[in-house]
Amino acid sequence: MSLLSLLFGEKKKTASIAKERLQLIIAREHGSASHGPDFLPALQRELIEVISKYVPVNPDDIKVQLEKQDNYEVLEVNIVLPDNRD
Amino acid sequence: MTRVVVVTSGKGGVGKTTTSAAFASGLALRGYKTAVIDFDVGLRNLDLIMGCERRVVYDFVNVINGEAKLNQALIKDKNCENLFVLPASQTRDKDALTEEGVEIVIKELEHMGFDYVVCDSPAGIERGAVLALTFADEAIVTTNPEVSSVRDSDRILGILQSKSRRAAEGREPVKEHLLITRYSPKRVDEGEMLSYKDVQELLRVQLIGVIPESESVLHASNQGTPAIHLKGTDVSEAYSDVVARFLGEDRPLRFVDYEKPGLIKRLFGGK
Repeated sequence: MSLLSLLFGEKKKTASIAKERLQLIIAREHGSASHGPDFLPALQRELIEVISKYVPVNPDDIKVQLEKQDNYEVLEVNIVLPDNRD
Repeated sequence: MTRVVVVTSGKGGVGKTTTSAAFASGLALRGYKTAVIDFDVGLRNLDLIMGCERRVVYDFVNVINGEAKLNQALIKDKNCENLFVLPASQTRDKDALTEEGVEIVIKELEHMGFDYVVCDSPAGIERGAVLALTFADEAIVTTNPEVSSVRDSDRILGILQSKSRRAAEGREPVKEHLLITRYSPKRVDEGEMLSYKDVQELLRVQLIGVIPESESVLHASNQGTPAIHLKGTDVSEAYSDVVARFLGEDRPLRFVDYEKPGLIKRLFGGK
């Protein structure tokens, strides 16, 4: 540590920045590998089938995704219903 | 019983071939009959690091294609009595390797009484890298204390856990070892480099050793002598420790602490 850095204050050590970034990216990559692909496509397919019985929907208008937030997961289902006022 | 050990990393340039050469030589120095195979078809380098490049006649792909017998392609090492090198092909592309072919060669090495087969993986996560780890019983995941290398090591660990034969057949998983290379205790001390503890915490794999950043590695590759033979250097000592730990011996970590130079050293220089 040089005299100058003592005088002008210390910048954040880059090694700790590296560690934080890696913790985030590794956790995220593990999350997407162990969840997503398993049951989501099937769930999405079945949702489309059920909803189509009642309302005509475009398969592309149903979005299913899993989001990880701290220690719980949120299953988000987004359905855009057709505009049938006319 | 032959043990197959893959030296892998995902990222290139972290020291896989240096490690394969030193580690295989170390096992041979301990008296084990060892073969080291270069899986980097098209970009072979193990022959240069082992110093046998002028003795390559047949290679791994020739053996797989039945153009040569395995014992014609195996090159006896110049330093160790019971060490043999199987070079990669330089002219073929990476698709020349097949899973069946690799399996036949490894089975044959087993019949020839080899104790260890060390597989030097190419970088990346494609065919060559996957084939190098497919038959592994143990893996040495070589990692630099640097973000891209750590992330790639994490990725290759996932591939080991899904694509190895052991994983596919539901057997006991591949035994993973973390080897940190190009480590600079000084930079860690100054907060500029991830510490070995940080890397281990991130990857959660048992640490088998830390190889310090050193000029000796270039000296070793310049001469085609595996670094473990450069007696008295920190790299040689560190690799000997790795081999000892691999064989189940208890060795304390060395070359991981930074000693601040004293006043005299600072005034008069010195390494």
